[in-house]
Amino acid sequence: MNVRRLILLEIMHRKLGFALAVSTIAASVAALVAVAGLLGSHDLQTTGMLDEMNAETLRMEERFTREMKAYEDGVRKTMKGLGFNVFIFPEGQELDEVYAEGFASKTMPESYANTLAQSKIVTVNHLLPSLTRKLKWPERERTVILIGIRGEVPIAHKDPKKPLIDPVPKGRIVLGYELHRSLGLSEGNSTVFMGREFTIEKCHSERGTKDDVTIWMHLGECQDLLGEEGRINAIKALECNCASIDRLGEIRKEIAGILPGTKVIETESKALARAEARNKAKKLSQSAIAAKKAETVKLRADRERLRVEDGQKYNALLSVVIVLSMAWVAFLAFSNSRDRRSEIGILRAMGISTGAILSALVGRAFLVGFTGAGLTLLLAFILSSPLSKPLNGFELQSLTGYVPMILLCVPALSCAASWLPALQAANRDPATILRNE
Amino acid sequence: MSEPILRITNASKSFAGPEGSSVDALKGVSLELAPGEFTALGGPSGCGKSSILLIAGGLLHPDEGQVEILGTNLYRENAAQRAAIRAKRLGFVFQQFHLVPYLDALDNVLAPSLAQPIPDASQRAMGLLEQFGLSERSGHLPAALSVGEQQRVALARALLAKPKLLLADEPTGNLDPENAEGILESLSSFAKDGGAVLMVTHDERAARRADRSIRMEKGEILQAHS
Repeated sequence: MNVRRLILLEIMHRKLGFALAVSTIAASVAALVAVAGLLGSHDLQTTGMLDEMNAETLRMEERFTREMKAYEDGVRKTMKGLGFNVFIFPEGQELDEVYAEGFASKTMPESYANTLAQSKIVTVNHLLPSLTRKLKWPERERTVILIGIRGEVPIAHKDPKKPLIDPVPKGRIVLGYELHRSLGLSEGNSTVFMGREFTIEKCHSERGTKDDVTIWMHLGECQDLLGEEGRINAIKALECNCASIDRLGEIRKEIAGILPGTKVIETESKALARAEARNKAKKLSQSAIAAKKAETVKLRADRERLRVEDGQKYNALLSVVIVLSMAWVAFLAFSNSRDRRSEIGILRAMGISTGAILSALVGRAFLVGFTGAGLTLLLAFILSSPLSKPLNGFELQSLTGYVPMILLCVPALSCAASWLPALQAANRDPATILRNE
Repeated sequence: MSEPILRITNASKSFAGPEGSSVDALKGVSLELAPGEFTALGGPSGCGKSSILLIAGGLLHPDEGQVEILGTNLYRENAAQRAAIRAKRLGFVFQQFHLVPYLDALDNVLAPSLAQPIPDASQRAMGLLEQFGLSERSGHLPAALSVGEQQRVALARALLAKPKLLLADEPTGNLDPENAEGILESLSSFAKDGGAVLMVTHDERAARRADRSIRMEKGEILQAHS
C-alpha cells in the first residue's frame, strides 16, 4: 500500500467527483486553447490579408512599370512624329526670323553638335544637327525646304539609344508628300536636284505640315550644294526626363554653359504636354502605389490594434474562467475532503503523517489537473484538422510547443486551488473526528 | 514485575461547555496496563471513557497529568513522534469500524503500512484475514461486508503492525452476540500473547471477558474488579 495506490483507488471509487473536477479543468483548458486558436486564427488572417495586399501592391508596381514603359514608348514615338522639341540656333540669330521663316538664316559650326555630344549634358538625349534652307528647286520650278541631316550625334557619356531619325545616305534624298505626289516621284526613282542626281530613298506620307514640301538629304551634300561647308543652322535636341518645373530654363542653362551665345527655343508645346502628362501619369501611378502601401500599413496597424483588443477581451474572459474554475475545483476538493473526514481521522489515528495525507489529497488534485489538461489537449489535436477551416487555416496542433507548459501549469493551479482544503483536512484533529463520527 | 505498557498518571481533561463554562471529562485519572492485561472500561455515557481512550492513544492532549507508552512520555513528544509511536505500538478498534470505503478488505488491513514500512505486510495481512475467517472476502469493499466482517477487518488492521496496546472503543457495540464473541475472543487472545487491551464498553457480557473491569463516573475511576 502506498499513497499513489490510495489516490488511484479513491478516484476509482468516487468517479463522479473526479469527473466533475476533471470537466472543470477541461473547460478551462478548452477556453485557453480556444483563445490561443482564435488569436492564432486572427494572426493567420492578418498575415493572409497583408500578403494579399503586398502581392497586390507588387502587381500594381509591375503593372504600372509595364504601363509606364509602354507609355514612354508611346511618348517617344509621338515625339518622334512631332519632331524634336528643342532647337539650338546660332549666336546672333533673330528668333522672330526663325518664327517667320521656320529656320535660321545664320549658321554655326557643325562641330558645335560634337562639342555638345562630348560634354556632360544631362538634359538632352538626342542631338540632330541640320542645315535648313528654303529655296527653289531649279529643275522643277518648285519652292522647297531643303534640310541636310547627318543622323544622330551620339552623346558620349550616355548609353547608346535607338536613333529617332535615320540618316539619309549620300546620293539619296527623302521627299515630302506634296513633292513626290505632285511630281509623280516614287522610291527608287532618280531625280536631279540643283544639278546633282539623287535616288529617292523614301517618300513620306501626308503630314499636313511643311514636311510635305521638304527634301531631306545628307548634311555634307546639303552643305556642298549650298556652299556652307562645315556649317549648320540648327541643332535639334530631344530632352527627356528633365525633372524640374522650369524644364526649358534648365536646358538653356546647361546648353549656354557649353555653347555660349546659342539660342534655345522649344518648338513643340504638344511634346511638353505629353512629357508632362507622362510625368503626371508616373506621379499618379506612384501615388496609387504609395496609397496602396499606406493602406497596407494601416491595415497592419488596425489588425494589430484589433488583436490587442481581442487579446485583452479574451484574457479577461480567460482570467474569469480560470478563477471560477479554481474556485470550483477548491470547492470540489473541500467537498471531497469533507466526505473523507472519517477516513482521514482513522488514518491519522493509525500514525499516518499529515504530510502523507496532504500528499494524497494534493496528488489527487494534480491528477485532476493533469487529466483535464491532457484530455482537452488530446481532443484539441484530434479536432485540429476539422477546426482548421473555421479558424482560417490555423492548426491547433501548432500549439504543441505549449503542451509541456500547460501540462505543468494546469496541475499546479489545480494543486494550488486544492491546497487550502487539503491542508485543512490533513490538520483536522483526529480525536475530534473520531469522537464525533 | 514487568514495565507497564500504558501508564496514565493524574490525567485531567476539560472541554468548553455552553456559555463559557467548562465540562470536566477527566479528573485526575490514573491507570496502568501491564503486558497480557485485558481491561474493560465501563460507565455511563459522558463519563470520560472515550476521552481516556483517546488520551491513551496520543490523540487528545490532557490538560494535566502524563501518559507513558512503554516508558515513553507520550505528550512530551512532538506530533510526528506521537504519530510514529501510534504506528508502531498502538492499534485502534472503533464501534463504527472506520474502514476506508474505497479499499477492499486486504487494502484496509494494509493501510497502516502507509505510516511505516511493515516487513511482509501483504503476507501478514492475508494471514490475519485468514485468521479471522475472511480470506475469501479479501477483495471485497467494506460496503459488501457484513458488520461482523467489517469489525474483523478493522481488528486485523489494528493488529497488522504488531502493536503492544490495543485501544478498543465499543468494539462489539454493533455486533450480534456471535460476532461479538469472536471479537472478544480475539482481543483476549491478543492479550494472552503479551499485548495489552483497553476496551471501552457498555456491554456487561463483554466486560466480563476482560481480566479487569474498571467503572468510571463523572470523569473519575470508581472501582476496579479483577
